[in-house]
Amino acid sequence: METVWFCLVAVMVAMYVLLDGFDLGAGAVHFLVAKTAEERRQVIASIGPVWDGNEVWLLAAGGVLYFAFPVLYASGFSGFYLPLMVVLWLLILRGSAIEFRNHIQSPVWIPFWDFTFSASSLLLAVFFGAALGNVVRGVPLDNTGYFFEPLWTNFQLGDPTGILDWYTILVGVTALLVLMMHGALWVQLKTVGDIRGRAARVANWSWWGVLVFTALLTMITFEVQPQVVANFKTWPAGFLLPAIAVAGLAGVQFELRRGNERNAFLASCAYLLGMLTSVVFGVYPMVLPARNPTFSLTVQNAKAGAYGLKIGLIWWVIGMLLAAGYFIYVYRTFAGKVGGNSDEHTQRYGG
Amino acid sequence: MGSALDVHRLHFAFTVTFHYLFPQLTMGLALLLVILKTLALRTGNEHYNRSARFWAKIFGINFALGVVTGIPMEFQFGTNWAEFSKAAGGVIGQTLAMEGIFSFFLESSFLGLFLYGEKRLGRVGHWVSAVLVFLGSWLSGYLIVATDAWMQHPTGYRILANGEIELASFWALLLNPWALSQYAHNMLGAVQTGCFVMAAVGAFYLLTKRNSSFGRTFVQTGVVVGVIAAVLQMVPTGDMQGKLIAAHQPTTLAAMEGLFVSQQGAPLAILGQPDVDKRKLDNPLEVPAMLSFLTYRQWSAHVQGLDAFPQDQWPDRVELLYYSYHMMVGLGTIFIAVMALAALLLWRRKLFETRWMLWILMLNAPLPYIANTAGWMTAELGRQPWLIYGLMRTARGASPRVVAGNAWFTLLGFMGMYTVLAMLWLFLIYREIEIGPEPENASGAPAATAVAAD
Repeated sequence: METVWFCLVAVMVAMYVLLDGFDLGAGAVHFLVAKTAEERRQVIASIGPVWDGNEVWLLAAGGVLYFAFPVLYASGFSGFYLPLMVVLWLLILRGSAIEFRNHIQSPVWIPFWDFTFSASSLLLAVFFGAALGNVVRGVPLDNTGYFFEPLWTNFQLGDPTGILDWYTILVGVTALLVLMMHGALWVQLKTVGDIRGRAARVANWSWWGVLVFTALLTMITFEVQPQVVANFKTWPAGFLLPAIAVAGLAGVQFELRRGNERNAFLASCAYLLGMLTSVVFGVYPMVLPARNPTFSLTVQNAKAGAYGLKIGLIWWVIGMLLAAGYFIYVYRTFAGKVGGNSDEHTQRYGG
Repeated sequence: MGSALDVHRLHFAFTVTFHYLFPQLTMGLALLLVILKTLALRTGNEHYNRSARFWAKIFGINFALGVVTGIPMEFQFGTNWAEFSKAAGGVIGQTLAMEGIFSFFLESSFLGLFLYGEKRLGRVGHWVSAVLVFLGSWLSGYLIVATDAWMQHPTGYRILANGEIELASFWALLLNPWALSQYAHNMLGAVQTGCFVMAAVGAFYLLTKRNSSFGRTFVQTGVVVGVIAAVLQMVPTGDMQGKLIAAHQPTTLAAMEGLFVSQQGAPLAILGQPDVDKRKLDNPLEVPAMLSFLTYRQWSAHVQGLDAFPQDQWPDRVELLYYSYHMMVGLGTIFIAVMALAALLLWRRKLFETRWMLWILMLNAPLPYIANTAGWMTAELGRQPWLIYGLMRTARGASPRVVAGNAWFTLLGFMGMYTVLAMLWLFLIYREIEIGPEPENASGAPAATAVAAD
């Protein structure tokens, strides 16, 4: 049962990364793909009706993590206290920027909100990447089951451990490149004209960055977290997951060249899904590896009671089916390119 | 104990108080929007659609601030209250996770459609989206209240040998009698905020002789719904809540009423400042035997005062609890009077011309916010010194590794950021009120709203 919940939490986190990933990415490439205030309005309009729903996946995944693995939630959230608070502040700034940009028509405030939107999106991508890096690298859990990491120490992997070290920064930069590619592919899918062309170019050069950094990071990760190698040796079927990532990444370049915007974006989703599931598979059965492996939190010692997990499964399935229904309906309703004036939400977000 | 605990408490209190300024209006307006959209659908009068579009803009701004200030609430259970989460996450994680999955997905999906999809959805479709946003926000309210109710009056749990608390009955958690009563009381508070704000904007338009047709609709809707909510707030829901507290949290009852000494025929304190050291109220203004009557329906009933309990079981902020409770009840009484008077004038067809009453309605707008805040302070300060009533002390719940310095760092960060957000909110809402609804002779296309707004 706890392994089922491990997988379900992983699926929800992956959904969050796929969905909020494109709107974070769109923010990160905001100034690269859009050169005028009007073009920037289009970038924001492309995510306007959906970003909020995408962010709900973070809350929902957090909630499920809380009830299925309360010990992990307690230990992880208090240990990552500082970066999580920074993430919260960035989310507040970003949400305000998206919602309020078009409320105040002013040559001062529109660029201000554009900058806030882009900078907070970019930093969030880096921080989320660094957080993933921290989990893979392991945290200084001790026999109390708790830890606390300052934002940085000496940027080395060993004691004293900080949130930012050379490895987690590397993961952060990789995450930024990945989400820039993902976001640029989304903008390309949702826009026309110059902005679409620039988005394609950004997607292309960030693809090369993703390729180089993914290869580099994979090799380093095998050194940093030996469990990953061990798991792939024990269960060779797991190689399917990195295979999906590789196929997805190849698919992005292939579809970019063919000019198929939709497939390029979907291939990028496959890449993200493959990478995230590979990581999750690599650390299983740990949910939060410790620098000293005896103190690691695992699905066994972090799980909630059996009855709660069982009953949760019932409402989880019902809730997810409903949510999937809403999402399909909303994305269909707002399908197509932004920019045309017939489009209500464009006008809403428009000047 | 120690200063870190105090900072963690202040951290949660500050962020949740600020957060709840937004959902109370969102939940109240959600109901009023459904009423306006229903009127539009049934009468076919475009006036109600224009009214709904105006309030949808205010709703949208308010909702966005509710979302961005809401995310920190879920996170703080883990970041600042790790020991509590470790012990009780298996229980209250259920309701919190269900809130995300059942209400937020519903709410966020259909709010996008409600705000930006009026043309695409058509008349009935748009009405349905309003109803679904209403359901999502009210369901979210229930699941949060159920979470709090479990901390007030834990049900459906089992304690394990290692001290962790496990869920034993899903339905006992979800249908906690405390939650049902608290929910009714809380939602009426939210409806009152919505009604007073709507009536205040309407009164402002009537007093300034602008958008008069909308002014009349807003005042009328706010007053008609508001008078019902104001009465139900006190009887039966407030009364039910009081009886639950008397039965399950007698120490809390004594502290919030400022009753230091157990007695038969206990008086109800209307005014008076508690002196906790001397265990008395200064200059008390009391209604004799009233507390006994309200609590047990008997003038001579014996009510336990704080002296009946060891001091380490008293709520640790007796003064603040006493004032929160008295402010809530005092304001609630004023709301009944204001709304009843306005309803009477409305019935006599004099309200729209009675300027002094319109002034009162307009100036009343901030008061329900204070009353709702005071109500939550009563509930949460009254729960002290327990984090989970009878099971876990607040002092044991905080994160052991997050020191006071780090907690202050983030608390000050939130204070700064929320100050800016509050200014932004006031500015944006005032601006929408200044712009006002689209004129009555407009073509009726939603596009006109967007052009006027931008």
